Amino acid sequence: MGNSYRVALAGNPNTGKSTLFNALTGLRQHTGNWAGKTVSLAQGDIQYKDKTFNLIDLPGTYSLFSNSSDEEVARNYIVFEKPDVTVVVLDATSLERNFNLALQVLEMTKNVIICINLIDVAEKQGITINERILTNRLGVPVIKISARNKKGFPMLLDTIDRIVTGAIDCQPVQTTYPDDIEEQIKKIEPKVSELIGNELSARWVSLRLLDGDENLLNEINERFGQKERA
Amino acid sequence: MSIPKTMRLVDGEKGNLIQITSLNLDGVMRRRLLDLGFVAGAMVEVIRKSPLGDPIAYRVSQTTIALRKEESSRIEGVLMTDGE
Repeated sequence: MGNSYRVALAGNPNTGKSTLFNALTGLRQHTGNWAGKTVSLAQGDIQYKDKTFNLIDLPGTYSLFSNSSDEEVARNYIVFEKPDVTVVVLDATSLERNFNLALQVLEMTKNVIICINLIDVAEKQGITINERILTNRLGVPVIKISARNKKGFPMLLDTIDRIVTGAIDCQPVQTTYPDDIEEQIKKIEPKVSELIGNELSARWVSLRLLDGDENLLNEINERFGQKERA
Repeated sequence: MSIPKTMRLVDGEKGNLIQITSLNLDGVMRRRLLDLGFVAGAMVEVIRKSPLGDPIAYRVSQTTIALRKEESSRIEGVLMTDGE
């Protein structure tokens, strides 16, 4: 048996998250490309070396600012349920669009793997991706895979393994904002940190508060209020 | 070459390539459009118009997205090429 770790799969719609999920877990979760397809969270286990990875397939979203219930489910899972590793699945053929979500996740949590899927399709289109440069720039492992052809899986599983054992220390790059915003963050971050402790990234919560994210504020009140009462 | 012309996305003709300069929207719709790639500096191509002229399909960040005029009239940009 050994230890069990939770690994969440995040990504834009139609990037092959569910295909990856099925290929890794052997489950036949239905894949299709209509909006909000992954409604409830599908879960499945993978045995790797002496460990069990519990894979969670989050809803496909373009963002995690909770504009919709899908985004809220995905965000709440990453921020409050705190998976041991979050794998962000990107479509190699439209990285620019996909990085919006990836950079958001890097702001929210530390242990992230950027998994560039559909690499075979991209190569056919003449797109070459240098994952080493991306890894250096982003501060987290970047891996190229083809979920459909089951390419790159050993590397992905090994990287998950090395993150949970602490062999890889992720240092996700933090987006730097214009000076006026950074000044405001500096002002409220210590207070936020005092209130929420180390449970959440104080910088991220500060940013969300500056953006006027009342939905997140309510969620924090509810979750942290419950803990105090318990 | 003349001085760059500022225009609204809704006024673009098929084939126009427009670089976004500003989004005059707030709240959830602004956030949503930003997430979909309608950010300042992004290049948008007018792909096609519906028979009645609304909605209009745009290509932005490698994906086609249709906007109603309620949104496209609030996005401003500079005409880069008219597709000729």
